[in-house]
Amino acid sequence: MGAIAEGLRRVLELDRELWHIVVLSLEVSLCAVFIATALGLPLGALLAVKRFAGRRAVIVLLNALMGLPPVVVGLLIYLLLSRAGPLGELGLLFTPGAMIIAQSVLVLPIIAALARQALEDAWREYEEQLRSLGARELQAGFTLMWDARFSLVTAVLAGLGRAAAEVGAVMIVGGNIDGVTRVMTTAIALETSKGDLPLALGLGAVLIAIVLAVNAAAQLIKEGAQRRYG
Amino acid sequence: MAKRASILPLALDNVSYASNGQSIISNVTLTIDAEPSTIILGANGAGKSVLMRLMHGLLSPSAGRVRWNEPDAASVRRRQAMVFQRPVMLRRSALANVLYALSLAGVPAAEREAQALVALDEVGLRHLAHRPARVLSGGEQQRLALARAWALHPEVLFLDEPTANLDPGAAREIETVIRAFDAAGTKIVMATHNLGQARRVGDEVIYLQAGRVIERAPIEQFFARPASAEAAAFMKGELPWV
Repeated sequence: MGAIAEGLRRVLELDRELWHIVVLSLEVSLCAVFIATALGLPLGALLAVKRFAGRRAVIVLLNALMGLPPVVVGLLIYLLLSRAGPLGELGLLFTPGAMIIAQSVLVLPIIAALARQALEDAWREYEEQLRSLGARELQAGFTLMWDARFSLVTAVLAGLGRAAAEVGAVMIVGGNIDGVTRVMTTAIALETSKGDLPLALGLGAVLIAIVLAVNAAAQLIKEGAQRRYG
Repeated sequence: MAKRASILPLALDNVSYASNGQSIISNVTLTIDAEPSTIILGANGAGKSVLMRLMHGLLSPSAGRVRWNEPDAASVRRRQAMVFQRPVMLRRSALANVLYALSLAGVPAAEREAQALVALDEVGLRHLAHRPARVLSGGEQQRLALARAWALHPEVLFLDEPTANLDPGAAREIETVIRAFDAAGTKIVMATHNLGQARRVGDEVIYLQAGRVIERAPIEQFFARPASAEAAAFMKGELPWV
């Protein structure tokens, strides 16, 4: 306990530098989750409602990709963005942009797969009624997303948790450059390897507090809405 | 609304339906006319629900044809409605559930609310218009399902055991609304295994057993002198629960 208290005191002393790390962490993870949500929810809805050849294979693949190791994603994005790589001209390597791309890739399968499951359950309940009312696939998809919105919030939060917690991908494509691409997880890894355990612990406590706060807020909103809409 | 040709009669021509190699409906040929109200009667598992879904177009027959007196499939879809045994309500207000159906039916946005409120009035749910649909009682939800259908002014209303999950009081309220549909000129096709309800709502009976139409007769005749031994046996078994 003493170490954590010491760590928190040190964290508070860091003020501006730390503030920058926290803000960058949130920026990168929130942007990545936003992109992954914008792509993942429609993908999940498509897989839930549409029947096509190879659908099951895609679902198995998507579920498997949920367990994608962050370092592997980091490595692949690194190869794509490195100077000699196909997207090297963009000059994104070792920038927050690269970190956002890597985390988006990491989080997309989680959001899409969890959304697919939630929407497929809803579709089983709604299909006959919606078809009876004359809903086309696209309309049915949007209706399902809106009606399953509470479950989808959970899917998005799972994605956010993954993004905020991972260190491997942002370390590789971001490079942990002080003041540029250093985020909380990479800072914790660095301080730990330098042997400054109190500071690492303090940063860890901040990270956990932020994740906890986001989830608590989402849960409160969800419960309130659920009470209202049944 | 301009007067146009009815989508009825509906003709089933040697229709069969099988699922996973199991035959559920076998060689059903029948015509459904605008009059009278039709009851599809039969025990659980006789194929009533599947037959209704084949008529309504939610299932496609494995063999045979289902034909309406209207070639345009989209038009046929818009001019009929179905109420299921367990109503499926969207996670929004009662009113919004009716508005949703109207918007899918292509009703102009400016006219939807007025039409929806009339429909809610018809089933006695106007005072609950802004309640979330999913917190309504089972009977209220089923009446809301009827309001959703009412707003669409369907020419044909299919009802699949609409009161099977309701207590007798709620069931009577549903029957009252169904009779109002009938009075307004909507063709009623209702599946039930409840003989009392069949008599209260229907004018004719199609008796179904093991996926086959065993008998079709005017309701009083059917109850007084069933022509088939199967129907007589079914009624003997069912009567204690009427």
